[in-house]
Amino acid sequence: MTDFFHEFARSLPGIGEGIGVTLLATALSAAVALLVAFGFGLMTRSPRLLVRGPARFAVEFFRGTSLYVQLFWLFFALPVLGIRLEPMACAVVAFGLNFGAYGSEVVRGALGSVPRSQWEAALALGMSPRQRLTRVMLPQAWVQMVPPFGNLLIQLLKATPLLSLITIADLTFEMDQLRSLTGSTAEAYLAILVIYYAIAAALNSLMRAVESSAKTRLGQDAGGS
Amino acid sequence: MWSWETAREGLPVILSGFRTTLLATVLGSALAMALGLVMAVLLRSPTRWVTLPLRLAADFVRSTPVMIQLFAAWVLIPGIDALTLGIAVLGVHYACYTCEVYRAGIDAVPAGQWEACTALSLPRRRVWWAVVLPQAVRNVLPALGNYVISMFKETPFLSVIAVQEMVQRANEYGSVHFAYLEAFTLAALLFLIAGYPASVLMRRLEKRLAQ
Repeated sequence: MTDFFHEFARSLPGIGEGIGVTLLATALSAAVALLVAFGFGLMTRSPRLLVRGPARFAVEFFRGTSLYVQLFWLFFALPVLGIRLEPMACAVVAFGLNFGAYGSEVVRGALGSVPRSQWEAALALGMSPRQRLTRVMLPQAWVQMVPPFGNLLIQLLKATPLLSLITIADLTFEMDQLRSLTGSTAEAYLAILVIYYAIAAALNSLMRAVESSAKTRLGQDAGGS
Repeated sequence: MWSWETAREGLPVILSGFRTTLLATVLGSALAMALGLVMAVLLRSPTRWVTLPLRLAADFVRSTPVMIQLFAAWVLIPGIDALTLGIAVLGVHYACYTCEVYRAGIDAVPAGQWEACTALSLPRRRVWWAVVLPQAVRNVLPALGNYVISMFKETPFLSVIAVQEMVQRANEYGSVHFAYLEAFTLAALLFLIAGYPASVLMRRLEKRLAQ
């Protein structure tokens, strides 16, 4: 146990780097997922079948085929077709598309929950389609989207140990090095769990701040509690 | 490039892992549903030293990766076969989600129902079994079903503790025959074929219960 703490302290720079890689992958994937979510979410609300159909198909495909398989497909199978992506790019694409597909349902649902009269009022005021979306619909829907987006963000964070399986030196990878160095397996895994727990708690409070700022912008009571 | 012949030869190998995948999903979700219900009922206990540790533990399990939990259980609890251990870890992990679902369902049972039970002086156990749970469970069935589908898609994590589930088989077949493209494409399609009808069914059930 003391050996482990000794080695742990010595390996801190490496572990810090691993945490950095894990956070970077989470942030990049979340950014891609957000773009994908809005892209597909808006497309699936289109009245035109040619727009809605492909988006619907993509959403069902990425939701239905398991993140694990998607990541491995990009990493192992895509090179067979002559396209070789960097490991980190594989992860960001797989996570972005998978969580983006789940997020698009959130976007679609939240836009659907904005009262129809709001949309009609914007129409009556002669707003362009773009203004209707960005000035009226999205600010109201955004408040609804933040809590489920927060849940998805935690799910994404929890999927990042997969990075270590595709040769990326993330937190899990670095901890595994330490584990084989010290032989303190239990302590190493406990340490990873605790670090993940701390990151998840930080992300949770971040999302709560985002939610209350979105509410304040709408003039809703952010509820000081 | 894609070879139909390799795909045809690989299919039975990958399907043999599919049985393990299904078994893990069925047993894992049975555990998650049973344990989640027990946790939900315990979380309503008035005693703080029952609820507080339980809530902390559930929160911890929910915010940490299932892959690391599998590794940790694998090294900390020796002498159990990998599949059994994997099912237990998945079951406990998802129980920490389903207990929240049950809790919401129990909270949604109107207070009048509880009061009526008190007025009829029904024993505690009958209140739960005959009055509260049937109403609570009915409303949360779609949410529970969705967790079963999520678990199905997370079973590939079991391969990190060497359970011979579908993706592990696909990976093996891919590396031996240099056929990653066929192997992982087939695995993805099998997930889609088995999981998609279930998702559609759950969405329909959700809509019907919402009316």
